[in-house]
Amino acid sequence: MRSILNCTAVELSEKIKAGEYTAVEAMEAVFERIGEKEQEYHCYITLDRESALNRAKEVQRKIEAKELTGPLAGVPVAVKDNLCTKGVLTSCASKILENFVPAYSATAVEHLEKAGAVMVGKANMDEFAMGSTTETSYYGVTRNPVNPAHVPGGSSGGSAAAVALQECFMALGSDTGGSIRQPASYCGVVGLKPTYGMVSRYGLVSYASSLDQIGPITKNVTDAAYLLEAIASYDKKDSTSMPDADRDFTGALVEDVTGMRIGIPRDYFGAGLEKEVETAVLAAAEVLKDAGAVVEEFDLGMAEYAIPAYYTIATAEASSNLERFDGIKYGYRTKGCVGLHNMYKKTRSEGFGEEVKRRIMLGSFVLSSGYYDAYYLKALRTKALIRKAFDEAFSKFDLILGPVAPSTAPKLGESLADPLKMYLGDIYTISVNLAGLPGISVPCGKDGNGLPIGLQLIGDCFAEKKLIRAAYTFEKQTVAKRL
Amino acid sequence: MSKHYETVIGLEVHVELATKTKIFCGCSTAFGGAPNSHTCPVCTGMPGSLPVLNKQVLEYAIAVGLATNCEITRDAGFDRKNYFYPDNPQNYQISQLYLPICRNGRVEIETENGKKFVGIHEIHMEEDAGKLIHDEWEDCSLVDFNRSGVPLIEIVSEPDMRSAEEVIAYLETLRMLIQYLGASDCKLQEGSMRADVNLSVREAGTEKFGTRTEMKNLNSFRAIMHAIENETERQIDLLEEGKEVVQETRRWDDNKGYSYAMRSKEDARDYRYFPDPDLMPVHVTDAMLNGIRARQPEFRTEKIERYKREYDIPEYDIGIITETKHMADLFEETTALCGQPKKVSNWLMGETLRLLKEKNEDPEDIRFSPRHLAALISLVDSRAITGPVAKDVFEKMFEEDIDPEAYVEEQGLKTVNDEGTLRAAVEKVLAENPQSVADYKGGKQKAIGFLVGQTMKAMQGKADPGLVNRMLKELLG
Repeated sequence: MRSILNCTAVELSEKIKAGEYTAVEAMEAVFERIGEKEQEYHCYITLDRESALNRAKEVQRKIEAKELTGPLAGVPVAVKDNLCTKGVLTSCASKILENFVPAYSATAVEHLEKAGAVMVGKANMDEFAMGSTTETSYYGVTRNPVNPAHVPGGSSGGSAAAVALQECFMALGSDTGGSIRQPASYCGVVGLKPTYGMVSRYGLVSYASSLDQIGPITKNVTDAAYLLEAIASYDKKDSTSMPDADRDFTGALVEDVTGMRIGIPRDYFGAGLEKEVETAVLAAAEVLKDAGAVVEEFDLGMAEYAIPAYYTIATAEASSNLERFDGIKYGYRTKGCVGLHNMYKKTRSEGFGEEVKRRIMLGSFVLSSGYYDAYYLKALRTKALIRKAFDEAFSKFDLILGPVAPSTAPKLGESLADPLKMYLGDIYTISVNLAGLPGISVPCGKDGNGLPIGLQLIGDCFAEKKLIRAAYTFEKQTVAKRL
Repeated sequence: MSKHYETVIGLEVHVELATKTKIFCGCSTAFGGAPNSHTCPVCTGMPGSLPVLNKQVLEYAIAVGLATNCEITRDAGFDRKNYFYPDNPQNYQISQLYLPICRNGRVEIETENGKKFVGIHEIHMEEDAGKLIHDEWEDCSLVDFNRSGVPLIEIVSEPDMRSAEEVIAYLETLRMLIQYLGASDCKLQEGSMRADVNLSVREAGTEKFGTRTEMKNLNSFRAIMHAIENETERQIDLLEEGKEVVQETRRWDDNKGYSYAMRSKEDARDYRYFPDPDLMPVHVTDAMLNGIRARQPEFRTEKIERYKREYDIPEYDIGIITETKHMADLFEETTALCGQPKKVSNWLMGETLRLLKEKNEDPEDIRFSPRHLAALISLVDSRAITGPVAKDVFEKMFEEDIDPEAYVEEQGLKTVNDEGTLRAAVEKVLAENPQSVADYKGGKQKAIGFLVGQTMKAMQGKADPGLVNRMLKELLG
């Protein structure tokens, strides 16, 4: 059973199709592992062994009947709990959705099912994806797979930790300001945030609609490319999904970066960046340079404005997106309360956690009459300028290289004590969301305590292939060096 | 009243568009249906659902904008209007604030005082809310989301109207334009057209507007007239008493004939409008605009001119027939089939209007088809049925759109031309009415009319009146 867990997603599917393992054995192995680890690390909000095994049996039958032949057929996958799954609790790690069972599945989840991937369970996260540590979950914290005294990052902390702990073979996360890349970095796995519009958001419970994007969290770059290829699509149900984008990602799994121009923004290596992270990231740049890339430093600009712009836009959208959670139609409703507006207030006060309430208040404030121009409109203009800065950079470079986060995973409890500091930790990831760009986090080393460090590569819109090519090359080179 | 006052009125008119599906999802807009049977994750505000704009809504809104001489916003957008209420599943309504689809239009209206223009400030698209049902018996409230997401346009006028007559003329003009476009049936009673009246008064001759109130719950032209008169009076009374008009929203109670304050400006909610990030900006291409322009129908003014040229019917008839597109289409299609505009017009102006009035229906409710009216006209022309029978058949047709030919056949309504049958009937009438026979013979020519009538009655209207007349004269010598 041990060796099966060491497979990557693509390797596992190959072995299942070759008859070496069955999808049911894979799922059993995952649940055996969950039995050992879950109590301590708590990657999942919802697990149902029996139905997971039933789904695995059905998939196995289809594989044997050659109805399922795809590269991810039979692979157990974790799904972040803000993705709607028909008939399965979708809580967004919030009390307010403690009993919400969707009548439909997110488009990305449907694609996974069609590909023959088998859902293990619903992964833990920060409540409504608001947080960077997975500590704001109403259902309890997830712990870092390398050191349980540390956070796994967030908001897709459950997904990243589950992949790292082998409690699944791959996972879906969502990234609004770094929520895929940062936990991937903290947990030592690969996380890819696609270009805005690459993956349908239909069925993803919105945090900040203009920034949210679903993406893969996997053991390696190859799996990330395959998983992204499975879920990416134009979807008529999502007005913001892109009709004609190149969605052949696996074709970019090529070990060659010869002549690729990679820019290192000096802005990303200033105060606040931990030395060990800086060293590891710059060493990664050297690896790519040695492999034939042209690496050069430059000034990106606008970096210091990204955080205020992000927290204005994201919270404004969130304040409106979360209005539907009111105790009327679904979810938690307070008891013994007279009057409609009292019911709204009490339900929402009791149903939302502190961080969510903080962001709703902030967002409501920046949209209020009299403040709209000064905050929200200004933030939108800043967003446009950030995009322009990236456009300029991509006129010179194929990719931008930098850290994912200023530090490795902090200890549990450290971040929530100082929310502002937590927000500042998003500095390298959020401008990517503001500009709608794709970004990938690839492991590039460890700090003195053995905590993983992530390398971030950022591409131009719809340039995932360059991103995957460079990340794949880097991964191959480092694995080769370690050998 | 010592001073002379002027009433200033602007209107916000909501029109429900006649699309088959809702504005942001594929659910049916059909009226009725079991509660929540026309719903999906989108129009019930389920987590994770996303809106997608129904293109037909955009096209209708643009068509109405073109018909009201508006500028079409080539890059429009949708905004969220945030407020908590259980009929609104997302707790925000998707509407347009910053970049409405149409702006700066005007329509010409005509009243007894002549013609004038009423400016259109803007037209925007938005979604309707669901319906709350308060169950007093069970002490609970239920919500039906069938209406949620039904497309609306809101037409906001400039404060250009000065009387109830102008308001009615404006509404009738709008209604006619929109019905001609097929964009809505615009029925006030059924709520597919709703008007909120913004009204203020000021001393005649002053420039500055007075403080205005907004009147809601106006469900008929009569209610609108009444409410305007009542509110004008109320505001003038306040000013005359040295009091101030409070800026507020008022609700009209048509049964009681007065309005009461719903909420003042101080309670005005902050809707925190912002562009809806789930919807892309609406770009109106040249091709789309030109296409809509090319498909615009012939409106009433043009139609009246053409009818004057093409059909030999009275101008008064033209005026009535072109008031609704449905009636005009019926006229044109029937005329095309039978080639007798005068007769078609007579049926529409006479029996049709009479029955509509009797049954309290609108011209849009007319059910009979041009084919059947043409057939009826031809039955009369060929003397297959008599005038009185034709009226009975028409009434049946008006109710159920029956095929007149088949109906006449089934019911045996054909005119009786058989001399033997007729002679027997006439002889019987003569025998039963000796007094009239004597009167006629005594020189009273009129008496024959009574005898014809009696014979027709005996024949249930199915006799050829000419033949009856001739036969009577013959028998009376």
